[in-house]
Amino acid sequence: MGLIFKFFNNTLQFYRNGFKTMPAWGKKVWLVILIKLFIIFVVLRIFFFPDILKKNFNTDEERGRHVLDELINKTDTDD
Amino acid sequence: MIENIDLSLVDWSRAQFALTAIYHWLFVPLTLGLSFILVIMETKYVRTGSEKWKKTTKFWMKLFGINFAIGVSTGLILEFEFGTNWSNYSWFVGDIFGAPLAVEGIMAFFMESTFIAVMFFGWDKVSKRFHLASTWLVAIGANLSALWILVANAWMENPVGMIFNPETARNEMLSFWEVLFNPVAIDKFFHTVTSGFVLASLFVTGISAWFLIRNREKEMALNSIKVAAIFGTFASVILIFTGDTSARTIARVQPVKFAAMEALYEGQTDAGLTVFGILADKVEDDDLDEKDIIARIELPGYLSVMTHGERDSFIAGIKDLVNGNEEKGIISASEKIERGKIARKLLLEYKEARNRGDNGEVDILKARFEDSDFQNEYFRYFGYSYIDKPSDIVPNVPIVFYSFHLMVALGFLFLLIQLLSWYFTVNGSIVKRKVFQWILLISIPLPYLASVLGWLVTEMGRQPWIIQDRMPVGIAVSNLSTSTVQTTFWLFAALFTALLIAEVSIMTRQIKNGPKIEEE
Repeated sequence: MGLIFKFFNNTLQFYRNGFKTMPAWGKKVWLVILIKLFIIFVVLRIFFFPDILKKNFNTDEERGRHVLDELINKTDTDD
Repeated sequence: MIENIDLSLVDWSRAQFALTAIYHWLFVPLTLGLSFILVIMETKYVRTGSEKWKKTTKFWMKLFGINFAIGVSTGLILEFEFGTNWSNYSWFVGDIFGAPLAVEGIMAFFMESTFIAVMFFGWDKVSKRFHLASTWLVAIGANLSALWILVANAWMENPVGMIFNPETARNEMLSFWEVLFNPVAIDKFFHTVTSGFVLASLFVTGISAWFLIRNREKEMALNSIKVAAIFGTFASVILIFTGDTSARTIARVQPVKFAAMEALYEGQTDAGLTVFGILADKVEDDDLDEKDIIARIELPGYLSVMTHGERDSFIAGIKDLVNGNEEKGIISASEKIERGKIARKLLLEYKEARNRGDNGEVDILKARFEDSDFQNEYFRYFGYSYIDKPSDIVPNVPIVFYSFHLMVALGFLFLLIQLLSWYFTVNGSIVKRKVFQWILLISIPLPYLASVLGWLVTEMGRQPWIIQDRMPVGIAVSNLSTSTVQTTFWLFAALFTALLIAEVSIMTRQIKNGPKIEEE
C-alpha cells in the first residue's frame, strides 16, 4: 500500500514540477489545448453533434429497425 | 415509400468530413515521422553523451510538442461526425469500425500520453535510458494509433472478416485477424506512416536549411540534416515500394479506382504506364464522360508488368468494369445492380416476415443471409442496388488521375532531395550551396501537398462508395437539415484555421528563437 502511495505521490510531484518549470511556449500551447478541448467537448459535442440514433431512439432494437428501414427505402441520388 | 436524399445534404456532409479530415491530417504525419527522428537523435545523445545531441534533440522535441499538442484530439471531431452526419453508416459498420478504434483509444493513445509527459518533463529527472525508452514508446504509440485508424479505413475499401446480420442491420466481426491483416490495411499502414517519415524529414531539413541560410546554429543544422536525410532516404525508398504494392492491391480490390488512376478506359494487355499526361474530353462518348490522354509520356508495357508481373497480362479499363467483359470474366455493373437488388429484396422480405411475426420465414431468410454463397454472390453487391445507371460507379477521373500522378512525381522528387541532402552533407558542401538550402526550405509544404493528394486518390477514387460495393455515400448520410451541416462546416473551418494559425505562429517563434533560448 505504502509503495503504491509513494508511486502515485512521486508521479504527482513529477507532473507538478513539470508544469511549474514549463517554459512560456509550453504554457501557451496548454492554453490552446484547453480552449480547443472546451470547444470540441462542450460547444461542438453538446450543441452541434448529438449521436442521432442515440438521441432519437431508446433501444438498440429500435435503432436497428430504423437503419433497416433506411437501407430498404432510401435511394441514392448522389452523382 | 421511396425517400430521396437531398443532394446538397450529401455534398455538404462530404465537404465537412473532407475539411476536418484534411485539417486533422496536417498535424498527424509530422508527429508520426518526427517522433522517430527524435528517437535517432536521442539515441545518439545517450550513446555518445554529447551535449550537442541533447541540445539538438530538445530543440526538435519542442517543435514536436507544439505540433502534437495542437493536433491532438482534432481527430475526435471525425468521430462526432460519424454519429451525427453518418449515422446509417456508423450503425451498419457495427463493431468492425468500433473495435479498431477502441483498441486505438485504449492502447496507443494511453501509451503516447503517458510517456509524452516523461519526454517533456523528464529531462534530468529520470535516467537517460528511461527517457530514451519513453521517446521510443511515444514514437511507437503514435504510429500504432495510426495503425488502428488505417485498419478501419482499409476495411471500408476492402470489407473482410465480417457477416451482415439482418436482425440488427449491422455487420458483425467474424475474424479480428482478417480485419487487422486485410491486405489493404497492411499496404495503407506502411505507405501512410512512411509518408509521415518523409514529411518529417523534409520538415527537419527545411528548417535546418533556414538556420544555414541565416548563418545560425550551423552544427545543429548540419547534424539534423544528416539524420533527417538518411532517415528520409530510407523512408522514401520504402514509400515508393509500398506505393507500388498498394497500387497492385488496389488493382485487385478496387479495379475502377485503379483504372481511374491511370485514366484507362479500354482494357489492354501490354498496358503502358503513364508517367505524364493531360486529359481532354472525348466528345463522342456521352454517358461515361470519357477522357482522352493527350500529350502523354508512357513506359510501354510497364503497367501490366508492375500490376501482374507479366507484360501480356490484362488490365481492365473503365469500360470493361462498367459494361463487363465476358472473355476476361468481368461482371458488368448492370449484373451487379441486379444482384444487389435481389439482396435488398431479400432484406425487405425479412423485414416483412418479422413484422407479421412469421418466425419460420424469418429463420429461413436469416439462414440465407448466413449462407456464404449468398454473401459472396449477392450481398457483396448490396450497394449496387442503389445505383441508377452503370456509369455511376465511375469516380471523377481527372481528380483521381492528376492527384495520383502529381503525388507519385512528388514522391520521386523527395527521394532525390533526400539523396542530395545526404550527399552534400557528407561531402561538406551543403554549407556553401545557398540555392539548395533555399530548395530545402521551400520544399517544406510539398510533402503536405503530396499527403493530401494521396488521400484524395484514396477517398475520391472509391466514389460512389463509402464501403466498397456495400454502401454508397448517399445511403450512409443521416437525415439532417442542410443548414445544420453548413453551420458546422463553417464552425470547423474557423476552428481549424485558428488552430493552424496558432501552430504556425508558435512554431515560427520557437524556430526563430532556436535552441539557445531553451537552454537559458
